[in-house]
Amino acid sequence: MFDLIKKFKKLFDNSSRDFAKSTCSNSPMSNNINSEDNLTVWEKVQIARHPNRPHGLDYINYIFSDFFELCGDRFNENDNAIIGGIAKLENQSIMVIVHEKGHDIETRIKHNFGMANPHGYKKACRLMEIASELKIPVLTLIDTSGAYPGIISEERGQGYVLAKCLELSSDLNVPNISVIIGEGGSGGAISLALSNVVLMLENSIYAIISPEGCSAILWKDQKYKEKAAEAQKLTAQDLYKYGMIDDIIPEPKGGAHQSKTATMDQVKKYIMHHVNKLIKEFKENPESIKRKRAVKFLNMGNATDA
Amino acid sequence: MNWLTSWIPKIRSERSESVPDDLWHKCNKCEEMIFRSHMVDNMWVCTICDHHERMRAHHRLVSFFGSESNFKTEIPPRLQDDPINFSDTVSYKSRLKKARAKCDMDDCFEIGVGKLEGNSVVALAMDFAFIGGSMGRALGNAIVHAAEISIRNKIPLVLFSSSGGARMQEGIFSLMQMARTTIAVKKVKDAGIPYISVLCDPTTGGVQASFAMLGTVTLAEPGALVGFAGKRVIQQTIGEELPKDFQSSEFQFKNGFVDKIVHRSKIALEINRIINILK
Ligand SMILES: [Zn+2]
Repeated sequence: MFDLIKKFKKLFDNSSRDFAKSTCSNSPMSNNINSEDNLTVWEKVQIARHPNRPHGLDYINYIFSDFFELCGDRFNENDNAIIGGIAKLENQSIMVIVHEKGHDIETRIKHNFGMANPHGYKKACRLMEIASELKIPVLTLIDTSGAYPGIISEERGQGYVLAKCLELSSDLNVPNISVIIGEGGSGGAISLALSNVVLMLENSIYAIISPEGCSAILWKDQKYKEKAAEAQKLTAQDLYKYGMIDDIIPEPKGGAHQSKTATMDQVKKYIMHHVNKLIKEFKENPESIKRKRAVKFLNMGNATDA
Repeated sequence: MNWLTSWIPKIRSERSESVPDDLWHKCNKCEEMIFRSHMVDNMWVCTICDHHERMRAHHRLVSFFGSESNFKTEIPPRLQDDPINFSDTVSYKSRLKKARAKCDMDDCFEIGVGKLEGNSVVALAMDFAFIGGSMGRALGNAIVHAAEISIRNKIPLVLFSSSGGARMQEGIFSLMQMARTTIAVKKVKDAGIPYISVLCDPTTGGVQASFAMLGTVTLAEPGALVGFAGKRVIQQTIGEELPKDFQSSEFQFKNGFVDKIVHRSKIALEINRIINILK
């Protein structure tokens, strides 16, 4: 275990140094929302992964007047990479499910770097079912490099559980809304993002595989990660252009980590706007929510040939 | 067969220069040389060690339906190639062109509608030979199309998976196919129609984590690789050796994710049984 901690420490020290070199120099502290930063794709990747970016639990603590955590998958475990519970968003009761990566060595290990095991996704399924019973909307905040790859996670059916999450989300009879707040990593991300409304923060990313993984497989070497990141078209701006997401939430100049509260205020504003719209629609025509979501994803990316 | 198998490898070694490659098949497990025609007759199951080799989609449908004349091929609407204009060391467009020439098919699947002993079914077979059977827009569309045929005609849907996962060259479009295919097979199930998923070698990544694991009934071929994360990724993450049968069909069965492991020669029979019980 100690070796593991050391290994992770090294990993993170490296990544923050890497980051500091490339982006911090040109981004003075500022709360200027609606910025048009000229960042490269790789800089965006680094900002999306920045350790000081607001994480799932930051949002939970900041945007709700109260939150009661619901724990456990009701089979055998409680996963800390996915946190969820009932919350009050202004006057609206809501079910919230977030990825949490942790912010220092201790919390990163506690939350398994935001890489959930099957019991995390099983917990998410359970919470979605509860939301459905309570007729309250579901909000998911996505921030994961991916579902955890391990022996136990395979034994407990990582693939099956991700598929079940997708199926359950597609079948929800209450509105759901997702925000990609940092990294939208592959199956571990989309399994919680099959939602009526999907938003992305300006400097978040959403992809089928990490740029490092893509580079290793297609270029046969990790060192082409920057090239891979560009080729993958994984920025919020690309995804919006392709019709994969519904809106982009602007970040403070230089990235969300420059002002956590300004970022979270903005995210809350967008969530409120869309939740209110969805609730109104749900009240007028409850059946339309599930149908529209299915139609949206069935046609996704097929109507608009780039 | 023993007399035959014992001399085949010798002949092969003596005549290796002059014998055309497609006359023989070297088993990927026992490494014996076997007449290709015997492999074809035996549905690409090794006549010596019973290893289930990967199978081309068309041959899969022919052996599943019993003959070429027992099913009709269905072609889904075609989409424009290369949605994100992707290049790595070569362009995705040229990869596609090469795969199409090599495999003589448009993408990694074939759909057939036909009869099994009087029961109509729609079956989609995936083809690993075409860019690793990877799931892009074309496959997503094909599964949506097969599901529509199933619902329209009220006939069971059978999907034979064989895929390394998502087609990275289609970026986010490939990720979205996990959502599309999940919704497509859910619609079949919601219509009260059985969806039978057959996990063949390999069924991994985004394919395993979407439609492949969501069957009304899930069957698997013996010895197939079935899992979510790649073995190398897992090994790098945990830094340990993996158990011997890790991510095999048998491993999935033991852990409760597969209903039955079925020998390839019995797949049509067993699927027909399931349909008869449910009809
Ligand atoms: Zn063999």
